Amino acid sequence: MAQAHSNAHGHGKHDHGHHDLESLKQFGFWLFMITDVILFSTLFATFIVLRDNTAGGPIGTDLIEMNGIIISTFILLTSSFTSGLALLSMNKGDKKGLILWLAVSALLGLSFIYLEVNEFIHLVHEGAAISTSAFWSAFYTLVGTHGLHVSVGIVWMTAIIIQIAKRGITPVTKRKVNIISLYWHFLDAVWIFVFSIVYLMEVM
Amino acid sequence: MASQHHSHEETGHTHGSLKSYIIGFVLSIVLTIIPLFAVLNDWFNRTTTIGVILVTAVLQFLVQLIFFMHIREEDKPRYNLISLIFAALLLLTIVIGSIWIMTYNKVAV
Repeated sequence: MAQAHSNAHGHGKHDHGHHDLESLKQFGFWLFMITDVILFSTLFATFIVLRDNTAGGPIGTDLIEMNGIIISTFILLTSSFTSGLALLSMNKGDKKGLILWLAVSALLGLSFIYLEVNEFIHLVHEGAAISTSAFWSAFYTLVGTHGLHVSVGIVWMTAIIIQIAKRGITPVTKRKVNIISLYWHFLDAVWIFVFSIVYLMEVM
Repeated sequence: MASQHHSHEETGHTHGSLKSYIIGFVLSIVLTIIPLFAVLNDWFNRTTTIGVILVTAVLQFLVQLIFFMHIREEDKPRYNLISLIFAALLLLTIVIGSIWIMTYNKVAV
């Protein structure tokens, strides 16, 4: 769609018209993130309201291992930073740098998910499954929804890397990188609140 | 943020500079470590700790917005910022409203 649009115009006007369409698409994605904020609001609200309802089962403080969580937090933080470096490489027209930093971000995301899955397995083995109590239901839903977002982001980022390798840095791939990097920063921002409200407040 | 105007002229898009990303990254790390130490070393009492955790989380969110997502560099009309403020309003309504209702729910029981 975007490409058809750009081909129909002469070269001089093309850039401007194209830029408008691409930035409109970027704004559309921004609006998606706004709705995602609402999704996470409801999950946070649910978790906060239910955090004391452990039904006599295990509580967070006993089972949560902060070391893994601290490592995950710094992994995701670094990944947010490296996706920014990808953007900088792209603006310099450095295709290799762009692919490299996107790949680093995706790999950091992957290690984040690996740690999260391990954490969940550990918790379930300790007797805290999603059905154990309202607390754990809210916990798995909130943390799991964030993890699902990160997983989708990894697949998406991989697809964009392949596209850049094939097509190079074009206005369309540029917009896609801009969007995935916004999404990645957004997920890091959500994680800050998961880390603060779920983990830090649980172990304090 | 010195490169802000410069990059504006070039493309109308702004993506910050390496410097702004590094500042943002360092600030994020600091803002993660402060509440972490406050919790693990029991620096404050319970209420203060909750305050410290929330304030550093919000500050870190702002760091992400300003240094990574470049919210300050948007052209007018600032639809991104306006929709973000709308989102913040919804978020606070949902979260604080839920806490408020459920607190009184407990009181009633």
